Amino acid sequence: MTPSKALLEHVEAINWNRLQDEKDSEVWNRLVNNFWLPEKIPLSNDVQSWATLTQEEKTLTMRVFTGLTLLDTIQGTVGAVALIPHALTQHEEAVLTNISFMESVHAKSYSQIFSTLCSTKEIDEAFRWSKENANLQRKAQIVMDYYHGDDGLKKRVASTILESFLFYSGFYLPMHWSSRAKLTNTADIIRLIIRDEAVHGYYIGYKYQRALERESPERQQELKDYTYELMYELYENELQYTHDLYDGVGLSEDVKKFLHYNANKALMNLGYEAMFPKEISDVNPAILSALSPNADENHDFFSGSGSSYVIGKAEETEDDDWDF
Amino acid sequence: MNTTARLIYFSSVSNNTHRFVEKLKHGAGEIARLPLRTKDETLAAEQPFVLVLPSYGADAGEGSVPKQVIKFLNVESNRNLLRGVIGAGNTNFYESYCIAGDIVAAKCGVPHLYRFELMGTPEDVATVEKGLEEFWKQQPSR
Repeated sequence: MTPSKALLEHVEAINWNRLQDEKDSEVWNRLVNNFWLPEKIPLSNDVQSWATLTQEEKTLTMRVFTGLTLLDTIQGTVGAVALIPHALTQHEEAVLTNISFMESVHAKSYSQIFSTLCSTKEIDEAFRWSKENANLQRKAQIVMDYYHGDDGLKKRVASTILESFLFYSGFYLPMHWSSRAKLTNTADIIRLIIRDEAVHGYYIGYKYQRALERESPERQQELKDYTYELMYELYENELQYTHDLYDGVGLSEDVKKFLHYNANKALMNLGYEAMFPKEISDVNPAILSALSPNADENHDFFSGSGSSYVIGKAEETEDDDWDF
Repeated sequence: MNTTARLIYFSSVSNNTHRFVEKLKHGAGEIARLPLRTKDETLAAEQPFVLVLPSYGADAGEGSVPKQVIKFLNVESNRNLLRGVIGAGNTNFYESYCIAGDIVAAKCGVPHLYRFELMGTPEDVATVEKGLEEFWKQQPSR
């Protein structure tokens, strides 16, 4: 099968009334419903909070955001687009154009944050740092090499790992500030980005698994080995990058747990088992709570004390009752 | 179709929840999967059961409970035998993490027993196996 050739030589009008994979329309609808723009978030409310950060904390925050901007730029203009020739259905191609556009929205969001909080000189300095940081550039290079290759399955693996793992050394910081009631509007934007990346990672990982089903057992094994190797290579690099960023503020060890936790989720999106044990992927509860207020143990009957798990009154149910 | 399963679950073609449930098999007794297509006939539970369901992340919970699960729980006899819910989700969805489990638990007056992400970690599997065993022991009558 040479899908890229097919795309160039023969184009058919897309018919959304004939789906080969219902996941395509489900994810398309979810992405459309999740659509947002940074201009709608009142970022200027963070100006006072920004002023309470030390110079070192400000520099760290800007570096983190330029790093995230680089990844979103890659995913928007190269990554999602590079997957289109390998799409299994026409509807997948359409979903990938949506993903590509939203990544560009994400990249632009960081500039919106910068222009609200920082001076032009500071912004230029941070972008210069991102160009000169060897570990950030290396992570970009590793992924770009796969995007420029011709193996559609390996591209999907790299893309899922980017969406579900490589962003998180950066996402940690706004969650950290949010847990301390700082830069809370910025955190709201980042949470919207985090939500989008979850759908992107889920969908690209799902399509990887569908494409994998068509391969021989030998090739399936090769791709599984490749996935863990690539994850490990990128993980090693993330450790260095984490130290570059966070050693100065003493947060590196806390960030690493967040990396392990998200590496596990990236692997699960690809249909593989988690690789980091619980002892080193137990995210700081304050960070987890900033990510999702319902994620702590007290919400479960089986774990924790079960003190606040949900229990309600039995009601009559009808189809239209369930939308609330 | 009638089922005596003590664990009933829905999983879309992504099979995340399916993979989690597969890993449970030894401790959890008989397990049944709800039909993939809404138009297919749903299951009829014959014994008290726990429901495992994923959330379709949406703002304010709208459309979060899979339609296949709604169809199943709209059958009163199924609802009456529901004893607890286990939610699958992704913390990336902020307040909507496992919201379908919250909605079903609130609506049917049963506890939200546990939450896990995607296809679950080995620790999630162990906690749920042990938790379910204890849970069924504590249930007054079957």
